[in-house]
Amino acid sequence: MSEQRFTLDDLTRILVEAAGADEAAPPDDDILDTTFGELGYESLALLETGGCIEREYGIALDDDTLSDALTPRELIHTVNERLAAARAA
Amino acid sequence: MTAVAVTGMGIAAPNGLGAADYWAATLGAKSGIGRITRFDPSSYPAQLAGEIPGFEAADHLPGRLLPQTDRVTRLSLAAADWALADAGVDVADFDPLDMGVVTASHAGGFEFGQDELQKLWAKGSQFVSAYQSFAWFYAVNSGQISIRHGMKGPSGVVVSDQAGGLDALAQARRLIRKGTPLIVGGAVDASVCPWGWVAQLAGGRMSDSDEPTRAYLPFDRDARGYVPGEGGALLTLEPTGAARARGATLYGELAGYGSTIDPPPHSGRPSTLRTAIRTALEDAAAAPGDIDVVFADGAGVPELDRAEAEAISEVFGAGRVPVTVPKTMTGRLHSGAAPLDVACALLSMRAGLIPPTVHIDPCPEYDLDLVLYQARPATLRTALVLARGHGGFNSAMVVRAAP
Repeated sequence: MSEQRFTLDDLTRILVEAAGADEAAPPDDDILDTTFGELGYESLALLETGGCIEREYGIALDDDTLSDALTPRELIHTVNERLAAARAA
Repeated sequence: MTAVAVTGMGIAAPNGLGAADYWAATLGAKSGIGRITRFDPSSYPAQLAGEIPGFEAADHLPGRLLPQTDRVTRLSLAAADWALADAGVDVADFDPLDMGVVTASHAGGFEFGQDELQKLWAKGSQFVSAYQSFAWFYAVNSGQISIRHGMKGPSGVVVSDQAGGLDALAQARRLIRKGTPLIVGGAVDASVCPWGWVAQLAGGRMSDSDEPTRAYLPFDRDARGYVPGEGGALLTLEPTGAARARGATLYGELAGYGSTIDPPPHSGRPSTLRTAIRTALEDAAAAPGDIDVVFADGAGVPELDRAEAEAISEVFGAGRVPVTVPKTMTGRLHSGAAPLDVACALLSMRAGLIPPTVHIDPCPEYDLDLVLYQARPATLRTALVLARGHGGFNSAMVVRAAP
């Protein structure tokens, strides 16, 4: 596995940009395996988050990737897979 | 028929943020009209507006709401919070289906929309925010208020320009009469951004004066158009009996309402505003002599001012009722204007003071008893609020002190 280019810090930064800061629960390692639904991100907030990642990193995510049941760990993994595929292409 | 009481108010106005500041400014004849600061207006023929000073959204709303809201929605959410707190309402005490929201809107979230259109044009469609799907929309304020407070009962939005604020309160009153125990109703409008500005300039009725004290002059011989502003008021409305039963303090009641549409321009037929007034009086079971003060629409456009002055004189008699236009201190707030006037009328009743119309030198051909320069002491039990919207909308509402 090559170096991870998209990290939790990147995701956290983009979540704040796309969905706003949540004063109640600052994201940290504990959130990695909690679903976005449980973290309070509704579908449009996830759509906007996905859009921000796509624009910044120049990749495309599948429409069905961004569901309430997704966790931050899974999203980070998916983004890194796409980045690796883009580099290989 | 169920009487409908106002039990709380949330105010955001160019001359005061919050009911206390607004009322103090209004009694003190303090104007909020000035040169636009939110964008550089130097390339536009109209450069004055009533801007709300000192509203920092992050001080009032959770961070999660900021990326998805226009300024108008942020102001609306804050005003709704204040209206519920002022009423002493804990929404947890109500069934979600027993609470609704009815607002009016003139433009929606234009500033948000402008930003997204600029991104679309400059960078491409993938740069347009997902929130643009609703953040610009006329109904967004009703929607966000209902989500924030868990209000799942009958709700809606009306769009009839400056008459819309009264139409929203009338719709809220109807819903309470049909059985909904709590409605947040009224309007806040805000579109002081270049897109909102050019849209209004196209209407041809904005004042091109750059003198804040001579730009918006309803009923003045030098009336030359209007100055727009941002803001308005949201009111907590409940059945009078239920409000009393829970120990609420009542500002007063929405006692009567009437609305009409004017004949087409150039038809030669007169405005139907007087019919709206008479319908509102009839609905309130009030005679013209019962009205203690009229809060006029005050278009600031000579032919519209004349029609309004004639309608008031015809219904009440020449100079027989005090008339005031406190919006001379805020500019015209579109849908937000009339709910602010309703709130102002209720505050006037409580204080026994009619707030002044500022800046104007009345045209002698209008037979109006205008309250000029400073507040006038008066015993006030019943007030009439008038609002007219672009396109011929006329609305009138009778507001009465609670029995």
